Amino acid sequence: MEEDKVLVEIEREIVGGDFQSAGDVSGELKKVLQQVGFPPSFNRRVVIAAYEAEMNVVIHAYRGIFATEIYEDRVHIEVDDQGPGIPDLELAFQEGYSTAPPHIREMGFGAGYGLSNMKKCSDHLEIDTRIGEGTKVVMDFFLNPEK
Amino acid sequence: MINEEIFHSVRLDEEKCKGCTHCIRHCPTEAIRVKQGKARIDEERCIDCGECIRICPNHAKYAQADSLEVIKNFSCAIALPAPAFYAQFKVGISLGKMLQGLLHLGFQEVFEVARGAEILAEEINRYLKKRWIATPVISSACPAVVRLIEVRFPSLIENLLPLDSPLGVAAKLARMQAMEKGYRPEEIGVFFITPCPAKVTESRQSGDGLGSIDGAISVANIYSRLVNIVGELEEPPSLSLASFRGIGWARSGGEQDSLEEGEYMAVDGIHQVISVLEKIEMGELRNVVYCEAQACVGGCIGGVLAVQNPFIAKVGINHLLKRYTEFRPIKEEEMEEWRRKGVFERKEIYQAKEVLKLDKDFKRALEKYQMIEKLLERLPGLDCGACGSPTCRALAEDIVREKAEEVDCPFMLQEQLRALVREVHALASKVPQTMAKKEE
Ligand SMILES: Nc1ncnc2c1ncn2[C@@H]1O[C@H](COP(=O)(O)OP(=O)(O)O)[C@@H](O)[C@H]1O
Ligand code: SF4
Ligand SMILES: [Mg+2]
Repeated sequence: MEEDKVLVEIEREIVGGDFQSAGDVSGELKKVLQQVGFPPSFNRRVVIAAYEAEMNVVIHAYRGIFATEIYEDRVHIEVDDQGPGIPDLELAFQEGYSTAPPHIREMGFGAGYGLSNMKKCSDHLEIDTRIGEGTKVVMDFFLNPEK
Repeated sequence: MINEEIFHSVRLDEEKCKGCTHCIRHCPTEAIRVKQGKARIDEERCIDCGECIRICPNHAKYAQADSLEVIKNFSCAIALPAPAFYAQFKVGISLGKMLQGLLHLGFQEVFEVARGAEILAEEINRYLKKRWIATPVISSACPAVVRLIEVRFPSLIENLLPLDSPLGVAAKLARMQAMEKGYRPEEIGVFFITPCPAKVTESRQSGDGLGSIDGAISVANIYSRLVNIVGELEEPPSLSLASFRGIGWARSGGEQDSLEEGEYMAVDGIHQVISVLEKIEMGELRNVVYCEAQACVGGCIGGVLAVQNPFIAKVGINHLLKRYTEFRPIKEEEMEEWRRKGVFERKEIYQAKEVLKLDKDFKRALEKYQMIEKLLERLPGLDCGACGSPTCRALAEDIVREKAEEVDCPFMLQEQLRALVREVHALASKVPQTMAKKEE
């Protein structure tokens, strides 16, 4: 059966600290999902989670690769960065917890809801992080999550 | 017969169109293409924002509105001036005189959309107190923004304020008032004095119930008839009911000023609106309760059917805000009755317009997407517009939708010609076998 074939692949680089392009990759992904005709509510949760993952690289890491695979009935996202890593994952997942410095918060980022939003919006989330090396976020979104 | 479903106020004057590509690159929904030397507007994508009217150097785009003649068909013609109408006149002219001017032009009654707006504001306050609403709630006052969301941001439909626009509210209240005065429904004609093509479209689609709008006449049209006489008119007693709360809706920021305290924001200008909607779609701004979004720079005072420069108009509005400080309170019983009669209800619920989908069939759409990616590898990526599509990507989309051909791109044409020349060249050097000499 050919049902689990990758239909569209997108791979983009994200640069830490580049707030001007922040969100471009998630925006591009949204456009693809819209054009191929995934339902709006599905697109919304993919895009919110993708954006949070993208922003975390911009805010907290040095650089990263954002890779998406679109299948007929699911979307797979991997965001792999070089950065400081997350020392305490459980703490990082707490709503409102953020290590973003004040000048970033003033720009409206770093409210500390990113990881919990990613968890809420995705159907499967895995984080692999190494102190001083980087963080890899893997997310899956199923069109019919019950199945 | 005009099909009201796809009626658009924004039109093209073929005579004037030179086929330049200014408009195609500015259109926020990529609704325009140049075909056979003339611009073509895709009715399904057009949101009537008026950007192309502003940008066209040949004034080939215009907004269709009604002539003043249409009011003669009704014995009770009611004028509904937009708040932005007030901003057109010289500072110092009273609202009373402006409204008197409308009666002078042949209307029997006036009902200010600004009054509709302040009544609607009360209902918005009530709505924003509900618990399970998707925030930010996005204002539904600007029909161009509503259409934009339906076309480009369908996942934000749940954020749109599910209440009628100030125009819709004013139209219903005006009709109810006229009926109370004893007019029969067929005698009543409701006419909007509009700064805005999108509102002309909204008027056309108002149907024939209580909220029916029988015509939309441009602010520019009325202004030209009144500008020289309005100062001389007599000051009428109590024609104007609206206060600063409603008048402020003429410009960006006016909606939030008329609401109770809260975390609000206002964005104006279609391209800025798009970038804010993109942020909202990505989950930002959830702490904002209400987002006012207007397609025109400055808000409705920037509408293409207005006359005055929007920044000058804002000065006029600021004067009026200081002058009309007395808000006429609205009783809860009245609000209750209006609610019962559906004054705040929208006739049409919001609907995702799936014009961006490449195909109805999911598999076909994916194939088409892959074809676009392949095409993009070959197109030059200059976004020059010579093909008649706004960008190389848009041309690739048009090709897979079978609305354009590869050779519409001059670079592709040249490439294909070159290949052809090579082939011709190769063929020319060939000789039939019977005549060929054995090569040494
Ligand atoms: N890619 C990453 N690299 C390093 N640290 C991260 C990364 N993603 C998240 N973190 C850490 O986890 C915390 C919580 O993340 P998040 O929930 O997205 O909130 P916010 O980004 O608003 O701070 C961050 O403040 C940061 O300390
Ligand atoms: S901002 Fe006002 S004038 Fe401009 S399109 Fe929207 S409703 Fe019309
Ligand atoms: Mg974050």
